[in-house]
Amino acid sequence: MIHRDLLLKMIEEITMVIGANKQYLTDLDQTIGDGDHGINMDRGFRAIKDKVEAVKDKDCGTILKTVAMGLISTVGGASGPLYGTAFMKAGQVVANKMEITAEDAVKILDEAIQGIIARGKAAQGDKTMLDALIPAYDALKAAVEEGEPLTNAMGKAVEAAEGGVAYTKTIAAKKGRANYLGDRSIGHQDPGATSSYLMLKAIYDVLTREA
Amino acid sequence: MVGLVIVSHSYEIAKGVKELSIQMVQSDTKIIDAGGMKDGGIGTDPNKIRDAIVEADSGDGVVILVDLGSAIMSSEMAIEFLDPEQQGRVVIADAPVVEGAVAAAVQASVGGTLEQVKATAEECRNTSKL
Repeated sequence: MIHRDLLLKMIEEITMVIGANKQYLTDLDQTIGDGDHGINMDRGFRAIKDKVEAVKDKDCGTILKTVAMGLISTVGGASGPLYGTAFMKAGQVVANKMEITAEDAVKILDEAIQGIIARGKAAQGDKTMLDALIPAYDALKAAVEEGEPLTNAMGKAVEAAEGGVAYTKTIAAKKGRANYLGDRSIGHQDPGATSSYLMLKAIYDVLTREA
Repeated sequence: MVGLVIVSHSYEIAKGVKELSIQMVQSDTKIIDAGGMKDGGIGTDPNKIRDAIVEADSGDGVVILVDLGSAIMSSEMAIEFLDPEQQGRVVIADAPVVEGAVAAAVQASVGGTLEQVKATAEECRNTSKL
């Protein structure tokens, strides 16, 4: 179970981790994209800080929706509408709820992925954030259905996402600016998949530390 | 009259395309630029695009011309932010932004319908330059 206050800590942790990896994500993106992923993500998450603070007493849905709107209006690159949609969809799952159950967490990741698919018109194997998120979802769902505690289940999701990031090195990009590179994008890991992994890892780290 | 919104990652590109298109048309055709981020940086901003659509729409609809990547996603999101009634008359043209905007501006200024303006912009995809 993730209480609202723990959700706020997770958002803080994600903001910190994205900030710490700003240069790393930008370097990855410079190799195969337009080189702004780290800068954009960092700008987006820094911009939501005050907005989230203003709704910290509200329900989980409102908090996630606030994150979504903040990212949408400040990120600037493709990750803005994509992560914005993901957080928006996530917020709808837990509208008016003060706590997120393990089942909710599975549903959140599912809805977030469906939102990204609809927005980006991408599929697994296109070398995008989906290549980290879909394996993570599959692992999370399987573990939760087997009755594992959320922290363990999330640990498996993070491992699966890491595997997904490694997989993006082996495939050519079919979406975004990297698509112009075609097969030359093979050998490089996808920045979007990497930021998705970092976010899941941040959530897991908060769970292991606080729960 | 159908309005146009020019979306680019760059404030200057969107503004420049708008100026180029306005040269072709009567002053009452609404062409609004929505380039770059609020702070002037490179990127696309769904809220800025939404405001531009509202400004460009006189009731006959709006055709959006876009540059790369997130310009499309941000424009789609901007349309979702509109009132449902308005959403139905806002479309994104699958067209090159400069040629498409100029052609669409001409078609809009002679009273073309939403479908005609969009189609005119999209025909530019097949026009060779030399």
